[in-house]
Amino acid sequence: MNDNVLIKVEGLKKHYKGGAIKALDGIDMEIRQGEVVVIIGPSGSGKSTFLRSLNLLEYPTEGHIYIDGADITNPKVNLNRHRQKMGMVFQHFNLFPHMTILGNMTLAPIKLLKMPKKEAEQMAMELLERVGLGDRAAAYPGQLSGGQKQRIAIVRALCMKPEVLLFDEPTSALDPEMVGEVLDVMKELAKDGMTMVVVTHEMGFAREVGSRVVFMADGMVVEENDPQTLFTNPQSPRLQDFLAKVL
Amino acid sequence: MGAWFEGFKANAGAWFEDFKATFQLNFIDDDRYMYLVNGLKNTLIITVFAALLGIALGIIVASVRTTFDKNEESMRMRNKGLYIVMKIANTVCKVYLTVIRGTPVVVQLMIMYFIIMASSTNSVLIAVLAFGINSGAYVAEIFRGGIMSIDNGQFEAGRSLGFSYFRTMYHIVVPQVIKNVLPALLNECIALLKETSVAGYVSIQDLTKGGDIIRGRTYSAFMPLIMVALIYLIVVVVLTWLVGKVERRLKVSER
Ligand SMILES: Nc1ncnc2c1ncn2[C@@H]1O[C@H](COP(=O)(O)OP(=O)(O)OP(=O)(O)O)[C@@H](O)[C@H]1O
Ligand SMILES: [Mg+2]
Repeated sequence: MNDNVLIKVEGLKKHYKGGAIKALDGIDMEIRQGEVVVIIGPSGSGKSTFLRSLNLLEYPTEGHIYIDGADITNPKVNLNRHRQKMGMVFQHFNLFPHMTILGNMTLAPIKLLKMPKKEAEQMAMELLERVGLGDRAAAYPGQLSGGQKQRIAIVRALCMKPEVLLFDEPTSALDPEMVGEVLDVMKELAKDGMTMVVVTHEMGFAREVGSRVVFMADGMVVEENDPQTLFTNPQSPRLQDFLAKVL
Repeated sequence: MGAWFEGFKANAGAWFEDFKATFQLNFIDDDRYMYLVNGLKNTLIITVFAALLGIALGIIVASVRTTFDKNEESMRMRNKGLYIVMKIANTVCKVYLTVIRGTPVVVQLMIMYFIIMASSTNSVLIAVLAFGINSGAYVAEIFRGGIMSIDNGQFEAGRSLGFSYFRTMYHIVVPQVIKNVLPALLNECIALLKETSVAGYVSIQDLTKGGDIIRGRTYSAFMPLIMVALIYLIVVVVLTWLVGKVERRLKVSER
C-alpha cells in the first residue's frame, strides 16, 4: 500500500433542521489509495450521511472534502467530473428498470467517457463474465434476483473505471443466501487493489477485508483501527457496548 | 294478435315518417348539417392546438417545479444566483397552477375573450389560448406527479455515475416518466375535448354551438342535441379505445 491520499475529509459537519439534528458533527479522515475502509456503528450514527457526503449527494453544512487534492465543496469545482471517479453502490441497487443489464452498464461510459459503443459493450461483457452473469446481458433488472442485481450494480459502477467505490450497506436488502455472492465480488475487488469505503453490518467482512475499521456514533468517529485490534481490543465503552450487541 | 301487429305497424310507420321529417328539417334543409360539420371542425382544431399548447406549457411548468424541488439545496449551496432565479420562476409557476385550477374554465375563456384579447377577432385562436393555458396546469401536475413518483434512488444513481441533473432526467428519469403518464395525458385530452363545448359562450361556433344554432332555426331541441351528443360520444369512444391500446402496448413492454 502506498501513501497516496485519495480522499481527505476535514471538519465535516451536516446539520438538519437548523442544527437540531447533527447527523455529522465534525469528521476528519484520510483515505489512501488501495485502502478498504469499513464504517460501522449503530443506526442513526451518520454512516450513510458520511458516505453520501463523499460524493456530495449530501451537501455538508461545514467542512471540506478533497478528492485528488481538489476541494469538491468549492462551488467552482466541476462536481460531475469528480463523481465520475467515485462509483457508488446503494442498498437498493438502483438499477435502471427500463434498460437491459448491458444498457445499464454502458450508458455512462458511452455518454460521459465518449467510449465507442462496441468498446463499452466489450468491457461490460468482460465484467459480467467476471461476476458470473455473462448470460444475463440482455435481461432487464426486474428479471434478476437481489444478489444478481447488486452484482450488476457493482460492475455498472466499475464501468466508469472509478478511483474509489463507495458502498452503503450493499447486502442489507438481500436475502441471507445471497449475501455471500455479493461479498465475494467485493472481496475480489479489494484483492485487486480497488480503494473502497464500505458501510456495513457484516462484521466478518470488516474483519477479513478491511484495512481499517471506523466506528461512528452520534455523527463522530469514536474509534478507528486495524480490524484485528479494533475487534479484539476496543477502547471506548461505546464500541465495547456496540460489539457486545453485534458479535 | 294480427290486429295488434297491424296497429303497431301503422304506429311505427307514422313514427318513422315523423323521424324522417324532423331529420330532413334539422339536417338536410338549407344544408343545416354544415353547422355540425363546421362545428366539429372547430372543436377538433381547438382541442388539438390547445392540447399541444397545454403539453408545452405543462412540460415547462413541471420542469421548473421539479428542478427547483429536487435541487433546492444544491443550488442554494453552490449557485446563489441560479437559486434566486429558480425560486422566482417556481413561485410564478405555483401562482399559475393555483389560479388556473382555482377558477372555472368558462370564466378564464371569457376573460381571454373580453379582456386580454378584446382587440382580436380570431375567436378560434382565443379559444386555443384559453383552453391551452387551462390544460397546461393539469398537464403540468400530471408530469410533476410522474417525475416525483420515480424513486429518488434513480436520480442518485444517475448523479453518482457523473450525469448532471438534466442528463439524469434525459437518459434515466424521463423515459420512465413518459411510460407512466401517457395514459393520464391522453385522458386529459379527452377531458379537454369535452370542455371546449363551452366555447359557444364567447360566440365561437364549435360543435355544441352548431347544434344550438340549428335548434334556434328549427325550434326542435331533441334531434340536434342528440346528434351533437352522439358525435362527441363517437370521438370520445374512439379516443378512449386508443388510450386502451396505448396502455396495453406499454404493459407489454414493461418488465
Ligand atoms: N434528510 C434528513 N432530515 C433530517 N434528519 C436526517 C436526514 N437524513 C438523515 N437524518 C438524521 O441524521 C442521522 C444520521 O442518519 P444516517 O442515515 O446517516 O444514519 P446511519 O448511520 O446510516 O443509520 P442506519 O444504520 O440506520 O442506516 C439520523 O439521526 C437521521 O435521522
Ligand atoms: Mg444508513
